[in-house]
Amino acid sequence: MIEWLMAPFQYSFMQTALLAAVLIGVACASIGVYVVLRRMAFIGDALAHTVLPGVVIAYLNSWSLFGGALIAGVITALGIGWLSRREEIREDTAIGVMFTGMFALGILLISTVRSFRDLTHILFGNILGVTPSDLGLIALITMAVLVLLALFHKELELTSFDPIHAEVIGLKASRLRYLLLVLLAFTVVSSIQVVGVVMTSALLVTPAAAASLLTNRLRPMMGLAVFFAVTSGMIGLYASFYADVSSGAAIVLACTGFFALAWIINVIRRRPLDTREE
Amino acid sequence: MMLPYSNRRHLNPVADALALEVRDLNVEYPGSRRLALHHVNLRAPRGARVALVGANGAGKSTLLKAVAGLLPVSHGTIAIYGNPVGACHHRVAYLPQRGEIDWRFPIVLRRLVLTGRYVHLGWFRRPSHRDEAIVEAVIDQLGLTALMNRQIGQLSGGQQQRALLARALAQEADLLLFDEPLNAVDATTRAIISQVLTALQHQGKTIVTATHDLGRLDSDFDSILYLEEGCEAPPPVRPFAEMSLGAAR
Repeated sequence: MIEWLMAPFQYSFMQTALLAAVLIGVACASIGVYVVLRRMAFIGDALAHTVLPGVVIAYLNSWSLFGGALIAGVITALGIGWLSRREEIREDTAIGVMFTGMFALGILLISTVRSFRDLTHILFGNILGVTPSDLGLIALITMAVLVLLALFHKELELTSFDPIHAEVIGLKASRLRYLLLVLLAFTVVSSIQVVGVVMTSALLVTPAAAASLLTNRLRPMMGLAVFFAVTSGMIGLYASFYADVSSGAAIVLACTGFFALAWIINVIRRRPLDTREE
Repeated sequence: MMLPYSNRRHLNPVADALALEVRDLNVEYPGSRRLALHHVNLRAPRGARVALVGANGAGKSTLLKAVAGLLPVSHGTIAIYGNPVGACHHRVAYLPQRGEIDWRFPIVLRRLVLTGRYVHLGWFRRPSHRDEAIVEAVIDQLGLTALMNRQIGQLSGGQQQRALLARALAQEADLLLFDEPLNAVDATTRAIISQVLTALQHQGKTIVTATHDLGRLDSDFDSILYLEEGCEAPPPVRPFAEMSLGAAR
C-alpha cells in the first residue's frame, strides 16, 4: 500500500505536481471561504474565464503565460469592482456579459493559430505540466494570499457581515472588495494551471461550501476547506497517475465528493437533534 | 502607532458646540433625485435624548444614516461636536436595524461586539486586553455573558438587538444613533435596553433614537422631532400613538 502511494513520486514531475496541488489547494480554499460567505461564486467563475484572452495573447507572443493571465485577471477584477458600483446594470448581468465576451475572444484567438491540444490544457488544466518556475510563482502567490488574508482578517470579516458598520467607522467596504477581487485574480490564475479555466471556480467554491456545512466558525471553516482542497488535489493526482484520467476533472470530482459527504453529515446531524441548540 | 481607517484626521470637539446640529438638511435617495429629507433641522445639546418620531418612510432612518455618514448630504450641514461628518468616527455610534446585517455569517457574539473597538484600532492592530475587557463588561451589562460564544444567527431577535447595543457601547462613543432599538423585541430586552439608555444619559452621552415606541415619550426624551414624508412636522394634536397606531400602548 505504502509502495503504491509512494510510487508516483519517484518522478520529479509528480513531486512538482504534488507541491502545486497542495499550494493551490491552500490558496483557493482559504480565499474561497470569503468567496462563499460573500456570495461571490459567480465572480470567481467569471474571473477564471476572462483571463483566457490574456493567456492566449501571451502565448501567441511567447510572453509569460502567467503574466498575461495576471494582467487580464487584475483588469477584470478592477473592472467588475467598478461596474458593480454603478446602478445602470445589475452586477450579475454585467459579469455575465463581460465574461462570456472575454472567453469567446480567447477561444477565437487561439482557434486561429494553435492546435486543439493547447486549448484543452488551458481549458481543463494539466497539473503534470507544471514546471519548477511555475511552482515558484504558485508558491509566491499562495504566500501572498495567506499573508494578506491574515493582515486584513478583521476588516475582511467585518465588511463581509456588516458593511454598514464598517462605513460608519470610516472603513470603506469597497476597498476591501477590491483587495479581495485582486487576490482572487491571483489565486485563479495560479489554479488555472491545475484545473483549467472552466473548473477553477470549483476549487474556490466547493471545498469552502462543504466546510460551511460542517461548522459555523470562520477559522475551522478555512481549515476544513483547505483540508478538502489539498486532499482532493492528491486524490486527483493518484487518479491521473494510475487510471490515466484528466487530473483537473479528478480533482474537481473529489471536491464534489467531499461536498456530498459534508451534505450527508449535515443532514444526519440535524435530523434527530432538530430542536437542540449547540 | 495607529493607522486609522479614514484618511481624515480625528478632530477634537469644538468647545461649546452642540453634540449634534443639523441645519436645513436635504438628502436624496441613493440613485435618484427624489428628496428623502427636506430642510430638516435638529439641535441636540450634549447629554440630550432626542426622539425622531414618524411613520415608516417618514425619513427617520435617512436622517440617522446621514448623520452616521452613510448617505451624502445634498444641501445643508451636519455638525457633530462642531465638526463635519467623518471627522471623528470614534465619537459616533450607529445602531442599525437588525435586517442590515448578515446574521448567518460565521462569527460569535463576542466577536461581533469586539468590532465596536475596531475604530480605535485601525489597520493591522489587534485588540488588546483592555479591548477584550471592555467587550466582556458590556456583554455582561446587557445580560449576554452566557451567549458570548454563540454564533450570531442562533440568537433570538431581542438578543441580536442587545448584541448590537453592546457593540455601540463598546465603541465608547459620545453620540449614539439608534434606529428603532425597541422594535419587535421581547420584554426582557426592552427592560435591559431602557436601563442602558438611562445609564448612558447619566454618563452624559447624547442619544438620538428613531422610534415607533410612543408610550412614554415625554419622560424618556428631552425633545422630539416629528417627521412626515421627509419634512419636519408639528406635534400631532391628538396623541400620535392613538392617531396612527391605534392602541399602541
